[in-house]
Amino acid sequence: MSTEAVLHTHSDVALGHHDAHADHHEHHHHETFISKYVFSMDHKMIAKQFLITGMVWAVLGGLMSVLFRLQLGYPDSTFPWLEDILGKWAKGGRITPEAYYALVTTHGTVLVFFVLTAGLSGTFANFLIPLQIGARDMASPFMNMLSYWFFFAASIVMLSSVFLETGPFSGGWTAYPPLSALGDASPGSKTGMDLWLVSMALFVVSSLLGGLNYIATVLNMRTKGMSMTRMPLTIWALFFTAVLGVLSFPVLFSGFILLIFDRNFGTSFYLSDIFVNGVGALPNEGGSAILYQHLFWFLGHPEVYIILLPAMGMVSEILSTNARKPIFGYMAMVGSMFAIAILAFLVWAHHMFVTGLNPFLGSIFVLLTLLIAVPSAIKVFNWLTTLWRGNIRFTPAMMFSIGFVSLFISGGLTGIWLGNSALDIHLHDTYFVIAHFHIVMGVASMFGMFAGIYHWYPKMYGTYLNNTLGYVHFWITIAGAYLIFWPMHYEGLAGMPRRYYDYSTWESFKQFADLNRFISTVAMIVFAAQLLFLFNFFYSIFKGRKVTTLNPWGSNTLEWTTPIRPGHGNWPGEIPEVHRWAYDYGKDGKEFLSQTTPVGEDESHH
Amino acid sequence: MYLTIAVIVLIFVVIFQIAKASEYVSVLKGEEKSRKQNNKINGFLMIVFLVLGLVGVWYCNELYYSKTLIPQGAASVQGEMVDSMLMLTLWVTGLVFVATQILLFWFSYKYQEDDNRKVFYFPHNTNLELLWTVVPAIVLTVLVVIGLRNWFSFTGEAPANAQVIEVTGKQFGWIFRYPGQDKEFGKKYYKNIDNSNNSVGLIWDDKMAQDDIVTEQTMYVVKDKPVKLIIGSRDVIHDVGLVHFRMKMDAVPGIPTTMWFTPKYTTKEMKEKTNNPNFAYEISCDQMCGNSHYAMKGIIEVVTQAEYDAWLAKQKPYYYAAFPEKDPAVSKPAADSTVKPTTAKSLTPVAQKSIVKI
Repeated sequence: MSTEAVLHTHSDVALGHHDAHADHHEHHHHETFISKYVFSMDHKMIAKQFLITGMVWAVLGGLMSVLFRLQLGYPDSTFPWLEDILGKWAKGGRITPEAYYALVTTHGTVLVFFVLTAGLSGTFANFLIPLQIGARDMASPFMNMLSYWFFFAASIVMLSSVFLETGPFSGGWTAYPPLSALGDASPGSKTGMDLWLVSMALFVVSSLLGGLNYIATVLNMRTKGMSMTRMPLTIWALFFTAVLGVLSFPVLFSGFILLIFDRNFGTSFYLSDIFVNGVGALPNEGGSAILYQHLFWFLGHPEVYIILLPAMGMVSEILSTNARKPIFGYMAMVGSMFAIAILAFLVWAHHMFVTGLNPFLGSIFVLLTLLIAVPSAIKVFNWLTTLWRGNIRFTPAMMFSIGFVSLFISGGLTGIWLGNSALDIHLHDTYFVIAHFHIVMGVASMFGMFAGIYHWYPKMYGTYLNNTLGYVHFWITIAGAYLIFWPMHYEGLAGMPRRYYDYSTWESFKQFADLNRFISTVAMIVFAAQLLFLFNFFYSIFKGRKVTTLNPWGSNTLEWTTPIRPGHGNWPGEIPEVHRWAYDYGKDGKEFLSQTTPVGEDESHH
Repeated sequence: MYLTIAVIVLIFVVIFQIAKASEYVSVLKGEEKSRKQNNKINGFLMIVFLVLGLVGVWYCNELYYSKTLIPQGAASVQGEMVDSMLMLTLWVTGLVFVATQILLFWFSYKYQEDDNRKVFYFPHNTNLELLWTVVPAIVLTVLVVIGLRNWFSFTGEAPANAQVIEVTGKQFGWIFRYPGQDKEFGKKYYKNIDNSNNSVGLIWDDKMAQDDIVTEQTMYVVKDKPVKLIIGSRDVIHDVGLVHFRMKMDAVPGIPTTMWFTPKYTTKEMKEKTNNPNFAYEISCDQMCGNSHYAMKGIIEVVTQAEYDAWLAKQKPYYYAAFPEKDPAVSKPAADSTVKPTTAKSLTPVAQKSIVKI
């Protein structure tokens, strides 16, 4: 009762404030190009900025994977055109090991942080939080703008590192010292690593500015009647995501600070007993290289859920809307996300089972890691039950959501293998891990992102994406994702290590040459199919079919009560009041009941 | 090259034109009608995807199962425990995988939009939710118990009779040190490292270091005898990956780690078992360590005790590499008789022959 009262007061205050803001806003209709498209403080425009920057990075990151897959698939062939575009990094038409490792590292960093963190939660937290909770904008539009521009700066720094003479950082996206700390141990750890660290530091700032804003907005600025338990699951997911980011990114940052000290100021946080070929013994003694891994994975594991939770939230929303049926077990969905958010902080050392970690400590992490499978199972079964006896409309968004569930199951189950330390001893750092995390985190979240884009595109641009292209995109992508990553489990079961430039000299691993070629070929086709999506995206902004109805999907949530092309402030008049949860589909014979519909006298109770 | 690009562009244009045309057709036919048509097609494709997917899973297994390590079996006692646990986990997760994927795509197909269906308003059901909280929890508990039992047996103390070998990773190779006759490793300090004659930085003043044997590239261990590795690194983090023994442990500079296992088959036996004359127990570096990470290979030779003794007898303490003048075989009578290496007297002719073979 008391919480409820407090929350209501808050939202009333917020509402009051925002009505004033709206009146104020009415007088301001002359926006310049700069204030509207560049230094915009409108959450919807910032969302699009995040999205398009994320897409640029997705193309670059994807292209990098195509290049290094070329090496893995065709280790004996030469491609003269590679030398034309990469110069000394592909002498004679074959990617050098330096370039290969730089590509692998940049691909990982960029996809994890720039695409699936900034591109995913940056886009949808910005776009959906104010629209779905009924607010005119974020708590601090200015901080929100800064968040994007810090991300932009991080992007520029990362991009510039690609053009260095010594190359970008090449020690893997996890950047373990001492390799990342010693320029003499690897050319990529020279200036490339400095720029990598600067870029990541800027990125952390961006992420914190964004995250604090999302939390403040969700807690304080919900419209009248929008209690926490009436929020759509997207908002819950984005809220937990922001909390995870705010609590874990600073730890990563502290790890980076120590690394910067070790690199530049002669400290020994991570360094001890090192003799570098060609240089000799280093003076550093007493540091622990493992300390970095603890600090890194304290972010690194929550990061996985930072990537996954927004996709889960959007998929829940889209599945329910298009199955025309309420999401099954709303409170269990919220509860399981809460459990995942808590456990996300308690499992980081499962990335470190083979570092010489104390075996007893390892056993605790096994227990906690496998515990995460329980809330994950709850989510999967709830999604399945949501589909059961629904009336499903296969919009492209819905298909990507179904694809997400399929991938989440496939990739999640192999987590049970890897989380069990006695099996991890064998599978650690093999292709099994690559298959696991690409399916469950990479591709699945990408599917969540596509689902979100297809679903909310009409709200973003006032036009529709072409459906046929959407279907083609979906079927090629899901078939391709499985064809690429499913067989990798077999390579992993053979112990084939990840991050190898060439397997042909290894008696134990060379039997997969034909499979590697197959995977590389499919990867190229799938990459090409994404270009189809990109074309659809940009073409439809200008030439897509115009949206003519307010609520094209027949959805309950608040964003569909705004005008087709909402201005800054979202609702021209008052913000609507909320009377019910977001999932009254098919109730009492009514197809859907918007959150703004007052509860009727004769409505049934459940 | 240009041809490929042209073909790709052409395919794109065709797909795009079809997509655009279908949009116009749908406007002409009535959007609702064509939407329902698309719905039927995609609903049908869901079931097609399920069937093709499951067939694909089976076919992939046909193609690649034999190329994994599972059919040839693990080469260590511990590895066999890993394999049996792996198969159990495979069955449990495999069943869940098939069941849930079938439900997902079958529901998608079965409950596709139909004008006559009234959806079932089913917002929650406590019993169902409890069921799929408790059952996974129980199954996972079983897996955790088995896993931890194995984990503690793998990471526990090595048996007292274990042979101890020190492994040191460096960019990009492996260095092995055996304790020599006194069965004790001498002290080392990284600042003593000298690539020409002291690759791990032994402290020569330490008597125990003077009989230590240091080799590179190939490590010799004895069949059926537990071997304990003390693992370290000279520069960056490496990882001793032993796929056939199903073992793995990082090599961290400044922090020694350990791993032990019991090899079950000699290299020769494995050559016959796998029907591969080139078979080798390869040590792969499994932790990204620089630009030649992919070439950081070592070899383990598993031999019988007799073969091992013969091999050991031929090794000279590393001390003599640094101080050749102290080597009794090179100089006149040795100054220090305590470090006199074993001579060939313990070698049987049979063992000598087999050394030549390995």
